[in-house]
Order: sequence, then structure tokens, then C-alpha cells
Amino acid sequence: MEIPLTKNIKPGLVAYNLEDYRRDSGYSSLLKVLKNMSPAEVTNLVKASNLLGRGGAGFPTGVKWSLIPMDGDRSKQKYLICNADEMEPGAFKDRYLLEGNPHQLIEGMIISAYAIQASKAYIFLRWAYKKAEAGLRKAIDEAYKAGYLGKNILGSGFDLDLYVHSSAGRYICGEETALLNSLEGKRAVPRTKPPFPAISGLFGKPTVVNNVETLSWISHIIENGADWFKGLSLTGTGGTKLYGASGRVKKPGIWELPLGTTMRELLEDHAGGMVDGHKFRGALPGGISTDFLIEEHLDVKMDFSTVAAAGSRLGTGTMIILDDKTCPVAFIHNVERFFALESCGWCTPCREGLPWVEKMLASIEEGSGKMEYIDLLKFNAKYMGPGNTFCAHAPGAAEPLQSGLKYFHDDFVKHITDKKCPWR
Amino acid sequence: MLSEEELKEIQEEIKQYPYPAVACIDALKIVQHHRGWVSDESVKDIAQLLSISNEEVDGVGTFYSRIYRKPVGRNVILICDSVSCMIMGYESLYEHISKKLGISFGGTTSDGRFTLLPISCLGDCDNAPALMINNDHFNRITVEKIDELLKRYK
Repeated sequence: MEIPLTKNIKPGLVAYNLEDYRRDSGYSSLLKVLKNMSPAEVTNLVKASNLLGRGGAGFPTGVKWSLIPMDGDRSKQKYLICNADEMEPGAFKDRYLLEGNPHQLIEGMIISAYAIQASKAYIFLRWAYKKAEAGLRKAIDEAYKAGYLGKNILGSGFDLDLYVHSSAGRYICGEETALLNSLEGKRAVPRTKPPFPAISGLFGKPTVVNNVETLSWISHIIENGADWFKGLSLTGTGGTKLYGASGRVKKPGIWELPLGTTMRELLEDHAGGMVDGHKFRGALPGGISTDFLIEEHLDVKMDFSTVAAAGSRLGTGTMIILDDKTCPVAFIHNVERFFALESCGWCTPCREGLPWVEKMLASIEEGSGKMEYIDLLKFNAKYMGPGNTFCAHAPGAAEPLQSGLKYFHDDFVKHITDKKCPWR
Repeated sequence: MLSEEELKEIQEEIKQYPYPAVACIDALKIVQHHRGWVSDESVKDIAQLLSISNEEVDGVGTFYSRIYRKPVGRNVILICDSVSCMIMGYESLYEHISKKLGISFGGTTSDGRFTLLPISCLGDCDNAPALMINNDHFNRITVEKIDELLKRYK
């Protein structure tokens, strides 16, 4: 089984440096692109590979790039941004790639910037990722010195400057347009779409924003082709995926596996099953903004379309496991409190709905909840849902809430009738 | 007044952007790096330097969770209170630290040595519970470990 993204990552050791990266044929894809491929050929190859965005939404990467106006005027400023603001609770996959193999990301970014003819690129990095920041800055320095960044890269006439922007906190910065506002030094509130960033992004210029895992794929797709990439998955979608598991499992961790691996295989073979004395009750398959899946879904293939068919989202692919010794109401309360705190306050369903939800959940958990709260929570989950808000923050918050109310209904009722949490 | 060092560092940031106001977050971070927090006076100084209103700078400063608009202790303990760390028991960790230092979330010890704050997910979910002290990450934290850890920060 091939694991292109992580084969050179040795957990706990220092990041792979330029010398090692080059020995393992690093930057050979960049050389190939600059020598033999036009920007359109690069975009078409990525399109043909069907690389779906690994930030959680699964939008086709090549299609995103092809929305950038390419009218041949190279004096027009365009931007490429790597979204490395990994802040989804339960997600820790981008950190693994950033710390372990920064050159893989940098090479992917240079090729991607070439495809859209961007001369400036930013890595928008989560402030807390100090080790990743140090590694990235060192790697970028090495890349400049080797002539992979800067003016006239490898004699091709293509210029690119790459900057690391360390954020100042707030989950909402991971939202594509909020990220743009933050990078412009403003409050990170989302922007109206349209216009989409491909037309009017950073400083009003055409901009592509891609996730770390997505960009880390680019050099491999250039090297091995679209068919190879498609063949890596079990479902034909394309590629492997960094999957993870946290919670009361024997071996929490992160694994690169073919896209479409089942939840059961992840849980039993890779995470080692539940810790002795704990039973599986459910999981959020891809971070806290995804719907719960339960035992009946264990054989669902973890791919974008198959998880969607089961009523959830693949999201980041890093699962959070709910066990029988953890109160589901406390779990959901914790999640909704996070969303309430992290709401940017821009639109009403999110700003008003989330604190209301949080308060009701807190009182149910404390034993002072009323039966009517269950319907009120459902009402809020509906109005925070898609189509009623400015961005995906409140709809994301609605997912674990609505599915939690469905699958753990009896636990909510028991808290209310017994006037206490059965787990406390 | 901004120090010469702060001014130099902020000017350096302004250079990479199309107009000075873009450096607002960088400027707040630079001032905080030198002074530990951002006072009302510093907000005014930054506003003047970037040619934007005081309110704009304050609006940005109060939006971001890692900009401190109140003084903090010499060391800031950030305990992850997100769901994976909740499952793995951050609450007992918090209770222990809180009792030991005599402060709750948001508090600073009377000797100014520690400020205790909650933080959302640190991306260490497979090694929960996790926390940060200043810029240092720690994971798989137990009550025994934390006592040893705190001794390192004066």
C-alpha cells in the first residue's frame, strides 16, 4: 500500500530537511513543471486527478484553480493561500504534515502558484503551531537559497515570494473569506459570496485558498499522474487520506490510508479498538462540525460521498469517539459551547442561537432542564442550518446537535426526568 | 509611546503589505511580545502609526483571542477544554491547577507568576489532555506531571 504523503515523516523526529527531501526526488516535480508544462496543463492534470479539497468541504481543487481569470496579463496580481489554520477540535492532521515534511507543502505551493500565475503566496498558520512555524520558516529559507523561491525560479522567468503569517487565534479564521479579512489585518468576519475569492480575494485580487493536505498532494500528482492518484483510493475518488482517531481508544493516532477505508477498520485495526471497559456509542467522523455516526454506520466507507449518504460529512477525517463512560449531553454541550464562543457575531442565527443552545444544554446537563428544551434545541438546529447564515459556522454547529438529539434522545430525556446527569 | 524596537519591527511588517493598516494584527502582536499585553495607550499609538482610528485597532485587538487587552502574569497556562481533552479528563487537571494556584480561568496569581486561561483544541487530540505554558506544548498531562512542570516556570 502506497502512502505518498507520510512515507518520509518520522514522528517525533525533526522535520525532513532540504537535502533529504531532494535525495528522495524532492523538487523534481517543480523542475518538470517549469521546464515542460504550461500553467493550463498543470491545472488540467489536477482537474483530471479529481483531487478533492482536504480541508473538509471536498471541493475539486482543479476546478477551483480554473475559476481564476487567466487572461494572459502577468502584471495582474494574484494570490495563493495555504489554509494552515487547523483549529477544528479533534483535527490534528495538518500539523502532522507541517511538522513532518514542510518542503512537500512548499513544492506543492510553488507548482500551484505557477498554475494560477500567482507571484505571492501566504501560509496562514495557526498561532499555536510553534514547532511547525519554526520548521516552515527554516524550509522557506532553504528553498530561497536553493533558487526554488524568489525571482526567476530555476531560470524559468516565474517569480514567487512565500510568507508565513502566524494568526492571532479564533476558529473563524479557517473560513476562507474570514481568513482573507484576517490576512488584511481586520476582524475575521466572513465576506458575502459572490464574488468568490477566485474573482475578488485578498486585497480584491484573484485568490485561491487550499488546505495543507490538498497542496501537499500536488508534487505527487505531477510526478505520477492522474490515473495513479485515482487508483490510490478504494472508491475511485482519488488519493489516500490522513485519518485519525481520538477519545477512549487503545491507540489514538493518525494514519494515511486509501480514501474509502471503513470506520470499522479505522477503529478496530488502526486505533486498536476501545479501551477495556469502554463501549463505542458513536463518533463525529471529521471534527466537531460533522453529524454523529453510530454503530450501524461502522461499515460506511470514509469518503466524501459515502459519509454524506450516511447523513454526515467526511470533514477532516479525524474522528472523535464517544464512549459509554462519557455523557453524550456533556459531549454535545462542550461542542456547542465552543461554537458559541467562537462565533464571530456577524449574523443573528449564529450570534443569538448558539448561546441559547449552549445555555439550554448546560441546564439539561446540570439537571435543571425542561422537556420543552428538546424541541427548542431542534428548532435552533434547524434555523442555524444551511441557507440561514452568512457562513458555515452555525450550520457546522447544527450538525452534532441535530444528530445528537436523534441518536441520544433517551439520554436527554433521562437527564430531564431524573433532574441530574446519570454520569455524574 | 512605542519603543524604537517596536517601531522598527512594525515598519518591517508594513513593508510587505500594500497599505499600512494591513499590519494591524502584526503590530498588536509585536507590542504584546515586548510588553506582555496591549494597553489603551498602545492601541492609540498603533492607530496613529497605521493611520486608522483607535476604535478600529481596538476592534481588531478585542476580536482575537491571543491578544491580551488586560495585563497577564509572567507565564500563561492555556488548558485545552475542547471535546477530546474533555473525554480524556481536562476537568480534573483544571481543578488541580486551579486549587494549587488559587485562581480560576481568567485569574492571575497575586505574585504575578501565572495566568490561567482555557484554550480551544491544540491539535494534540491523540495525546490528550494537552496544554501550553507560554509557547511550550505539553501533552498526556497527569496531575503528577503538572506539579513538576509548573516548577520550571518562575
